[in-house]
Amino acid sequence: MGLRIKIGKVTFPNPVWVASGTFGSGEEFQDFLDLGTIGAVITKTVTLKAREGNPPPRIVETPSGLLNSIGLENKGIDHFRKEVYPVLRELKTKIIISIAGADKKEILKCAGRLLEEEPPDAIEVNLSCPNVTQKATGYRLISQDPRATERIVSSLRRETTCALIAKLTPDVTDVAAIARAAEAGGADAVSLVNTYPGMAVDAEDMKPVLGNVIGGLSGPAIKPLALKAVRDVYNSVNVPVIGIGGIMTGTDVAEFMLCGARAVQVGTANLADPGAYTRILAEFKLYLKRKKIDKAGALTGRLKT
Amino acid sequence: MKKSVNARIVSNRRIAPDHFVMEVKSVWLSRNSSPGQFVAVRARENATDPLLRIPLGVHAIRKKGIRLLYKVVGSGTKLLMSKRKGERINILGPLGNGFDLTPVFREKDSRAVIVAGGHGIAPLYELARVVTRGKKKVDFFIGAGTKKHVVCSKELRKLGAKVHVATEDGSMGHKGYVTDLLKKHLKQVKRYGTRVQGYRSRATIYACGPRPMLAALAKNAKRSGVPAQVSLDAYMACGIGACLGCVVRTVDGYRRVCKDGPVFDAREIVWESA
Repeated sequence: MGLRIKIGKVTFPNPVWVASGTFGSGEEFQDFLDLGTIGAVITKTVTLKAREGNPPPRIVETPSGLLNSIGLENKGIDHFRKEVYPVLRELKTKIIISIAGADKKEILKCAGRLLEEEPPDAIEVNLSCPNVTQKATGYRLISQDPRATERIVSSLRRETTCALIAKLTPDVTDVAAIARAAEAGGADAVSLVNTYPGMAVDAEDMKPVLGNVIGGLSGPAIKPLALKAVRDVYNSVNVPVIGIGGIMTGTDVAEFMLCGARAVQVGTANLADPGAYTRILAEFKLYLKRKKIDKAGALTGRLKT
Repeated sequence: MKKSVNARIVSNRRIAPDHFVMEVKSVWLSRNSSPGQFVAVRARENATDPLLRIPLGVHAIRKKGIRLLYKVVGSGTKLLMSKRKGERINILGPLGNGFDLTPVFREKDSRAVIVAGGHGIAPLYELARVVTRGKKKVDFFIGAGTKKHVVCSKELRKLGAKVHVATEDGSMGHKGYVTDLLKKHLKQVKRYGTRVQGYRSRATIYACGPRPMLAALAKNAKRSGVPAQVSLDAYMACGIGACLGCVVRTVDGYRRVCKDGPVFDAREIVWESA
């Protein structure tokens, strides 16, 4: 069975990856699975300078969902280069580094520092974290603005030949238009969805539950929304689409691929069960076998309508 | 090392109107857990609601398993309540750092002052057991809303601990908060002398309970020069330090309750924001 897929010039051993922010830098999961079996690890988003993150409570469970407002807590790119990246590079796993910034200058500087090292297998530029305010645009998030999206992706494109993935928010009128902007900017792929903005209320105390008031919703609750967003984008761009949103089982992986995803990212499931990845990949393989599909890539966009 | 195990339930019984104790069989958890550590249990298999695990303090370590004490507060714990003997339950653990017992065992006459608020008693019973078994004195303070919610007092007396009870409605023991009862006792603790390094005390406080209780306790402990270790509860997702969801503000910035804690030195916590 062929599980390999290609994004840009990079071949990944399988299309099931782990999503940024849900897997730390992998180290915490080593007791539960062989990191070498993972299609790709997307690291926790790193920014130019260290970020403290948002005040707690930062997470709360909602029906079949998880609302978070971590706020991109991280120790900054220099710490990442010195302490985290060398360890990651030792792993026999494809490494995709997630970067973010408040504006174009910050993102480019962060990427520049990162690229002083040997480049990773890919860079995912997080243009869509709902828990921080971005300045590059009149909108709240960079990927709510097609022009800012294109401008930032194209300037990153000029900096590197490394595979470039733009991670998008679904919180827009037309996500396909944003994806086209990322494609025009030279992205090798788009990944979606980041979390949906949401909030939880404690009626007893008459207060928001999260310290930051609003957060991003992930988990099975958003899967139907994410499937639709992936299909809309798949029908509108030529670059590969990477599907994210509430994947808990191998069947969920297949659903995203049928809607047009070439690869997927498992996120919240890792938090519910640190061994979830292994089960999900095994279930996906069984699905392919049952459907007599030789190559995982052949599933992409095969939805019968 | 931590592991996810499918443990068989040996018993699951009600000990108070809303409190239950579940015993599971797992040699792994028995051998590897220490007082103050916690586990994360899955209330329902193959379901998306509840989605996350429930963090529960290790209540007692048995020869071939562990006991978990929980209070039924939401949909997850309601599911736990309905589990029967013989069923299996997925448990991730042991997680976090437990209590530091060296101050108690360092000197011949040092002792532990243990303070439990509500179901904060969960991780403290095992602590009392280990300390009393090590032939050290334990003063155990239990705070609860009302008499019916005072749990474990008999078992603690059996261990040889001196038990002090406070209830908010006065239906048992001192009427008022357990922290007020403790405050009076701290004057006594001061007379124990100075045997814990850097403190005016020969006793160490170990506490678990609601944040406002721990904040009050931290203040009194500091004023009395008694060291205090507190076990914190928090909304938690991964339980293993990856998601940064359960952080608490400390003097060194945000730290993870699940991995850097759940036990912290009370002086490290920034209580105003906690």
